[in-house]
Amino acid sequence: MAMKVYGPAASTNVARVLVCLEEVGLDYELVPVDMTKGEHKSPAHVSRNPFGQVPAFQDGDLILSESRAISKYILRKGGGSHLLREGNLSEAAMVDVWLEVESGQFDSAMSPIVFQCFVVPMFMGGTTDMKVVEENLEKLKKSLEVYEARLSRFKYLAGDFVSLADISHFPMAHYLLVGPHASVIDAYPHVKAWIADIMSRPSVKKVTELMEAAIRMN
Amino acid sequence: MGVVKVHGVAASPYVATVLLCLEEAGAAYEVAPLDMAAREQRTQPHLARNPFGKIPAFEDGDLVLFESRAISRYVLRKYGGGDLLREGDLAEAAAVDAWVEAEAHQFHPAVAPIVRQCLIEPLIGGARDQRVVDESVGKLRAVLEVYEARLSQSAYLAGDSLSLADLAHVGFTRYLMATEYAALVEEHPSVRAWWERLAARPAVRKVTALMPVDFGIKSPPQPQSG
Repeated sequence: MAMKVYGPAASTNVARVLVCLEEVGLDYELVPVDMTKGEHKSPAHVSRNPFGQVPAFQDGDLILSESRAISKYILRKGGGSHLLREGNLSEAAMVDVWLEVESGQFDSAMSPIVFQCFVVPMFMGGTTDMKVVEENLEKLKKSLEVYEARLSRFKYLAGDFVSLADISHFPMAHYLLVGPHASVIDAYPHVKAWIADIMSRPSVKKVTELMEAAIRMN
Repeated sequence: MGVVKVHGVAASPYVATVLLCLEEAGAAYEVAPLDMAAREQRTQPHLARNPFGKIPAFEDGDLVLFESRAISRYVLRKYGGGDLLREGDLAEAAAVDAWVEAEAHQFHPAVAPIVRQCLIEPLIGGARDQRVVDESVGKLRAVLEVYEARLSQSAYLAGDSLSLADLAHVGFTRYLMATEYAALVEEHPSVRAWWERLAARPAVRKVTALMPVDFGIKSPPQPQSG
């Protein structure tokens, strides 16, 4: 039975999982969850993700929540553990460090920006709260300064090797690039080049297409 | 083997997670304190170790790390600690990872504002914002219902024995239990029993003894070595 991912492809957390499946080439089925109708809070979905969020993931009897946990499972199972460097204590630790940074710094600043610039106008018929956007752009810029310094020394975040830490950035990076604030990365040339590199990966291009198709359908 | 160094103060729940892992692993360590009141964490040389100007940072020989969960995983892999990551089994390791993520994305955002408003604000001359507390209490109650369902099925979050996922919750829970919102834990019997099991562990007792309710602002604890 193929692995199942439950959730909309346009969700950054769902996309993170999909890109790992594409990296390792495992068969999977993407099962839609209509969040506009509250399906993520339905008993069926909550039985798979008890926090009522997306994605949920199933591999046989194993059911998982939390995209970064699911991503690691997929990479370990599917022969993608080089993206985690788990054969090397120091390198694995650097991957973990920058995966935490992706979650705690990049995603946490980007998420309100994407919510205000995409979800509010497109799905909720509301207007973008520019104060929220500006505050979070400032946080993002502070983080990007750190990223720029790091990527001036190393080709990728965890070192001179690509890892899940880099790839995990792509869903929010995609929305940054196609949204109204893409120019914020122009001030950080190493960051800009690194993002372009990640976005050029075949797995990332494939999932980006799925994300865009999902948005067009809405 | 050398002595690893943890830069920060034990009163920080993030530093505490790392110290708990070092204690569970029986690894030799020293805490190099920072003057948080003087914002030493935002200046060099700390910024060279943690470019986001936060605590903890960690040194093991030439390796310098930051982010408490990343440091914790490294410590447990290198120094042992009773298979707290379950990396020998894909499904079990995934369960540990999922509950570590749940602490980061579900538990922490709900509990951190309660600790901030109820314990920290009064210490730094601020006033509690009860609206923030009430909103967070609502979120935490919903999260703890999920935890209750889970912990009624297994003694610990990722299964029947302790893992990093449980240890990652100790720091903030320690402080929550010092507020009137300890009731949120107490009203969920399986969560309460789980917390009592954790609190009884020698490593947890040792580290929480370094975490005074006033965060050391009035009574700075002495730097500890393990």
